[in-house]
Amino acid sequence: MWTPEASIPGDSGATKSPSPMWGGVRGGGMRPQRGPLTSATALRPFAGSLAVLAALAVASLFVGVGTLNPGALVSDPDAVALMFASRLPRTLAAILAGSGLAIGGLVMQTLARNRFVEPTTAGTAQGAALGILIVTILAPGASILVKTVVASIAALGATSVFLSLAHRLPPTQPFLVPLFGLIYGGVVGAAVTYIAWQADLLQLVEVWIHNGEFSGILRGRYELLWIALAFVALALWVADRLTIVSLGRETSIGLGIDYARMLQLGLVIVSVISALTVVVVGIIPFVGLVVPALVSRIVGDNLRQTIPLVAISGATLVLGCDIIGRLLRFPYEVPVGTVLGVVGALAFLAVLHLRPRHG
Amino acid sequence: MIEIEDVSFARQGTPVLQDISLSIPAGGVTALVGPNGAGKSTLLSLMARLLPLETGRISIAGKSVAHTRSDALARTVAILRQDTLVSSRLRVGELVGFGRFPHSRGRLTDEDRHLIDDALREFDLTGMADRFVETLSGGQRQRAMVAMAYCQGCDCMLLDEPLNNLDMFYARELMRILRDLADRQGKTIVIVLHDINHAATYADRIVALRDGRLVSFDRTDQVLVPERLEQIFGYRMEIATVDGQPVVLHHR
Repeated sequence: MWTPEASIPGDSGATKSPSPMWGGVRGGGMRPQRGPLTSATALRPFAGSLAVLAALAVASLFVGVGTLNPGALVSDPDAVALMFASRLPRTLAAILAGSGLAIGGLVMQTLARNRFVEPTTAGTAQGAALGILIVTILAPGASILVKTVVASIAALGATSVFLSLAHRLPPTQPFLVPLFGLIYGGVVGAAVTYIAWQADLLQLVEVWIHNGEFSGILRGRYELLWIALAFVALALWVADRLTIVSLGRETSIGLGIDYARMLQLGLVIVSVISALTVVVVGIIPFVGLVVPALVSRIVGDNLRQTIPLVAISGATLVLGCDIIGRLLRFPYEVPVGTVLGVVGALAFLAVLHLRPRHG
Repeated sequence: MIEIEDVSFARQGTPVLQDISLSIPAGGVTALVGPNGAGKSTLLSLMARLLPLETGRISIAGKSVAHTRSDALARTVAILRQDTLVSSRLRVGELVGFGRFPHSRGRLTDEDRHLIDDALREFDLTGMADRFVETLSGGQRQRAMVAMAYCQGCDCMLLDEPLNNLDMFYARELMRILRDLADRQGKTIVIVLHDINHAATYADRIVALRDGRLVSFDRTDQVLVPERLEQIFGYRMEIATVDGQPVVLHHR
């Protein structure tokens, strides 16, 4: 039976010299005192969500049309090939795209100072789609890297226009910004559809861009998403400055932040992440909206604490929905975007109706 | 402490400030007063680098506002404006802690934590340090914002109508704290005030603007005479004396 004493090295005969650190813990059982600014409260949900994500990732490796059981990995070369050519890339792609989408949404909400906007509804993803479409028409043979770069630039342009117009709306009317975003995203999306129709590329837009899914992900076709992870890390690096930006232009300047430059950096983070996910897996809705909003309800708006949690929760949501999509009508698949449409809408209703924690 | 020379400012061709020159000495409370549209907030925004300086020069503690890096100025001058913080889910302790950002760049030292606790205590916020800002009343939120500006630890503080959302109790409380900071810590405080009686009670000097021009800059008791108040506000008001203190009967 396990007892607390048994875990103390000094009490077992094998270890001759007990470490002084253990002695301290044993004597008082005291936790170090924490002020209100340390992240003790944020650590628990962080560890919990990381465990859930890890469990889902393992499950994802063994869910699919081809049967694959853990034992076969040591003996069967075909099983190993399936794992490294398809299952592992697909799992990683869902994790990378999910965390990127959630962080893109969080940063966009910070810049717009509004909780109800996200890149896939307010024009960023539609801008990226426009970029991909233009490359496909003008240079059909362009590499996926060129497509990503053009999509990023187009997304940046579309988001800049959205943000400069959104900042002119009165802050006393918080629902004007997302309404404007929906209309703006709809207009850009309509332009994409019109151009695609004219160029006879409607199938590309409707099937590939507008309904994100992971069934086409293989080794060699998702690696660009690692760049999205780099931008998530960049967001974490400037987390304090982004939090200050969320307090408004004047407070930011008062604290010595270069407000305009931080807005530009945030825009680049949002646009590049969105463009990468649109290029690799297509548009996946709701993740950027519900994940940051739910995390904000629970742990608040201090981005240094929320960014890791938002990234992990976004990955968990997308991976979980992808697994559901694989199982719902097995052996056929439901695209992750469709599953998220249902799950995300329910989660959004929860965001609207749950009472926020008062801290 | 604050040198303003030949400052003019125009918005879309309409002059908002014209040829303002004044020199505010270090220490004490200076009130900026004047009727609506006089240019008080514009002048304060120019001092605070929230608006770009078009003509003239402003320097604070020898640092030119136009030519000094913003993060260096943030260690010299703290500003408080009417930002909308309504939906922020930062905790009060975190918000006040961001006042240390110009010094710590986000890595709080023990000294920073000490100063944050100090600011929370000074503004009677210790009990709500763990509450989210959006759950506070307007007055509490305003106090948290002032506490953040105080926590910045600057010699000079610029405040734009900080009494706007406060009831009489907290308005008086805030003015007393600011007076105390000037007396005890030698802070230089410039504050835009609507109510001339708050200026009369708590300010050492009054800067009065009207239609973008400097009307008077003098010791408080020198400004509080009927002729000069009429010059500033455009109508005659009586001044009573209660316990040797002037009280402007501006509402009659």
